[in-house]
Amino acid sequence: MSTELHTLTLAGMQSAMQAGEVSSRELVDHSLQRIEAVNPEINAFLQVDTDGARQAADAADAVRSAGHAGPLTGLPMAHKDIFCTEGLKTTCGSRMLENFVAPYNATVVDRLNQAGMVMVGKANMDEFAMGSSNENSYFGAVGNPWNPEFVPGGSSGGSAAAVAARLVPAATATDTGGSIRQPAAFCGITGIKPTYGRVSRYGMIAFASSLDQGGVVAATAEDCALMLTAMSGFDERDSTSADVAVPDFSAGLNESIKGLRIGLPAQYFGNGLDAAVGDAVHAAVKELEALGAIVSEVELPNQHLCIPAYYVVAPAEASSNLSRFDGVRFGHRCDNPADLEDLYKRSRGEGFGAEVVRRIMIGTYTLSTGYYDAYYKKAQQIRRLISDDFDKAFESVDVVLGPTTPTTAFKRGAKTDDPVAMYLNDLYTVSANLSGLPGLSMPCGLVDGLPVGVQLVGRAFDEARILSVAHQFQQVTDWHQKMPASV
Amino acid sequence: MSWEVVIGLEIHAQLATQSKIFSGASTAFGAEPNTQACAVDLGLPGVLPVMNAAAVEMAVKFALATDAEIGRTSVFARKNYFYPDLPKGYQISQMALPIVGEGKVAVMQSDGTEKVVGLTRAHLEEDAGKSVHDQFSDATGIDLNRAGTPLLEIVSEPDMRSSAEAVAYARQIHSLVRYIDICDGNMQEGSFRCDANVSIRQKGDTELGTRTEIKNVNSFRFLERAIEFEIERQIDVVEGGGTVVQETRLYDADKDETRSMRSKEEANDYRYFPDPDLPPLIVEESFIDSVRQGMPELPQARRTRFVESLGLPAADAAALTVDRQTADFFEATLDESFKPRLAANWMTGELFARMNKEDVSLDAVPVTAEQVKGMLIRMQDGTISAKTGKQVFDELWNGAASADAVIADKGLKQISDTGAIEAMVDEVLAANPGQVEEYRGGKDKLMSFFVGQVMRASKGKANPAQLNDLLKKKLEG
Repeated sequence: MSTELHTLTLAGMQSAMQAGEVSSRELVDHSLQRIEAVNPEINAFLQVDTDGARQAADAADAVRSAGHAGPLTGLPMAHKDIFCTEGLKTTCGSRMLENFVAPYNATVVDRLNQAGMVMVGKANMDEFAMGSSNENSYFGAVGNPWNPEFVPGGSSGGSAAAVAARLVPAATATDTGGSIRQPAAFCGITGIKPTYGRVSRYGMIAFASSLDQGGVVAATAEDCALMLTAMSGFDERDSTSADVAVPDFSAGLNESIKGLRIGLPAQYFGNGLDAAVGDAVHAAVKELEALGAIVSEVELPNQHLCIPAYYVVAPAEASSNLSRFDGVRFGHRCDNPADLEDLYKRSRGEGFGAEVVRRIMIGTYTLSTGYYDAYYKKAQQIRRLISDDFDKAFESVDVVLGPTTPTTAFKRGAKTDDPVAMYLNDLYTVSANLSGLPGLSMPCGLVDGLPVGVQLVGRAFDEARILSVAHQFQQVTDWHQKMPASV
Repeated sequence: MSWEVVIGLEIHAQLATQSKIFSGASTAFGAEPNTQACAVDLGLPGVLPVMNAAAVEMAVKFALATDAEIGRTSVFARKNYFYPDLPKGYQISQMALPIVGEGKVAVMQSDGTEKVVGLTRAHLEEDAGKSVHDQFSDATGIDLNRAGTPLLEIVSEPDMRSSAEAVAYARQIHSLVRYIDICDGNMQEGSFRCDANVSIRQKGDTELGTRTEIKNVNSFRFLERAIEFEIERQIDVVEGGGTVVQETRLYDADKDETRSMRSKEEANDYRYFPDPDLPPLIVEESFIDSVRQGMPELPQARRTRFVESLGLPAADAAALTVDRQTADFFEATLDESFKPRLAANWMTGELFARMNKEDVSLDAVPVTAEQVKGMLIRMQDGTISAKTGKQVFDELWNGAASADAVIADKGLKQISDTGAIEAMVDEVLAANPGQVEEYRGGKDKLMSFFVGQVMRASKGKANPAQLNDLLKKKLEG
């Protein structure tokens, strides 16, 4: 059985452990072996905690023997390297934090530890979560397991590639403008960005605080539901976390979608959408209709303002959030600074990569006196319009559906010289961040051997709904079971 | 030319919370460097600020004490700039929507008149850490213990017209924040710091002149000198044909002058924007009500009550309400058996004089209000005279347990037995026939001689009133 262990889903591993067919230690050892064998090719992991993982697995097995196992006890997973892990390096994909070890755990890390999950390592990512291709990592690009010549998407490219290559059954990820959903789509897996405030941001290194949200990537919606239930909930250490009851997302998965109203925004199927991707999404819609869903068109009239608004708000907040990386207290410090200004300029200049510098400069500009009203304030007004559009759409439908990305994964290097082309990857995903709504991407096809993702956007705090729609879809389709040939 | 001076103050009052404004670290002063700074204060990656409710309560107290508007929805903003003792690269402050809006405060001037000074606003913000320049030969040290300490920045209208008015206002605010227990007022430790905006204009002008801002003055004396210097400097500049430049200046106490720190052109663009880590702060009516319930009597109301209900002279009432501690001490000395005025006289006379002489503040006075009260009761019931009272007070200051104990131990009980005093009077008159003759011949002044002799015979314990009566009766009768 051992050679096939990695092809199990999180839920499959859970059943196997519960049935006594496999131990956590065996699952974790198998995961560590897979990482050792496969990671050199795709660079999905920045750090592997072999000893820590084995100890945690043994502890989990002991807990299970004692009869105290919970639903996640002993299951292997990886954390995106944006979540602080006490005693273990947290780099955020940046030279700036190459040797940074946080003296605390992120709330998400604490909660999954308490649930008994076993972290095997930290996943690669675009530097400070800025990027759509995982080519912005200081520690090297990540290869798409479907074809390492192609990008896995970003910024959670390491998490998505690790799951797609079946190195781990699930991984945490974060999403500021699409960073969970776009790599999930490119890698043929399922990923959910919950409602803003659902998952604590404490200990999750900030990119754009009003947009950042932690979530999960896994093979299936069922697996996402398992993890999300444990990750979610109010945290007094994060003032923006929502004090809203968290349902057991697994419990609602089997709810029928008969009569469910699905809205297709015309604006998601227009210019810029690859025809083959559009076809795959329409085919998914047909499957859902067959399951009893009622499909109609909806309007998101301000959709065209999403990218401009996003690329004002996100860099503005980032420019301020990243000011703390100044070479004074932690992180990269230049050699022999001549004076304070030299210390700042060289430490930051050396510590940050090109995309991070670009966004800091954009953000600094848009917040400046005389530009604030024209940019930042205007962008915030646009956010309100976009939220209003969704509110209006949700008067007539329960879920908004569209492609996750305009195209499938592109070749490495194809867009690195054209930031705007890169930013357009987020065309369909940023609206969920700007409005704070939950969004999920799941696989719905293959085009030229590369996965296609379909996105579901739900009402605020209605993750249960989009998870159940995805689960029902995955009961009658097998896109989520398709794996790269190398697996 | 005749110049009018226009002054507005920005006062940073450090709020007396146990923990910091956005973290659980202690705010206690004087700890080893960097021992009271947690991950949030250090600005480590991923950590987030959480509002300290005690700081909000204190800001609301201030609003209630100054009759100010309370911002029901206030917003925290980031003020972005780089400095080594500013860990996050931004200070969390309030900009467009502060928690305290327009208010006013009645300021007692040195001539006894009152002037109402307008308050523009007061907002919550966090303090920065400290750069330590003098401990290392080739480096600057950073102490982040102070980083994240809650401050209330109190901004006045440009209503002051002299350095004396500015100082009177600053003292009034200083007294007020201590009165309502939101700031310890310790200026040496930086708990109360003033920035002064100073400009001049020709008398009769309605437009304000160009102002300069003098930063971080930490004593009232320096505040007065800094403003005085700055007024003179600006007048010299203008009368010399120049123009005042808008800039930030620093007061150098050693040289007694202000110096330019940075001009408007060099000023930072702080790129304020609402802090996305902190939702708008909503202050509910019920919260304001609960704060109102807990408000102490304000100094002005107390002063009025001391005059109207306790019958104190206005000057005494003012002196005894100078701060809450003094007023509390005074009220704790009161007893039904004597008039409040007796206690007021004692405090403004004996106690204040002694405090001055020993150079101690009220909290360092070794005598409790309860002990003073015991002593005043014995003065009122005639057990001791006012003069003996001084001796008793002295013993209390030196550690005696109570007035009664001192009176018993030292045998200070006044002799009020008429027979005993009469015997002593007879003895003295018999021993000094010549003086008796002279007195009866019209030399009234000799009365004090007889009083002194009898007092000496009684070792100072004869009841003075009885003694006087008896002497008069014997000599004239």
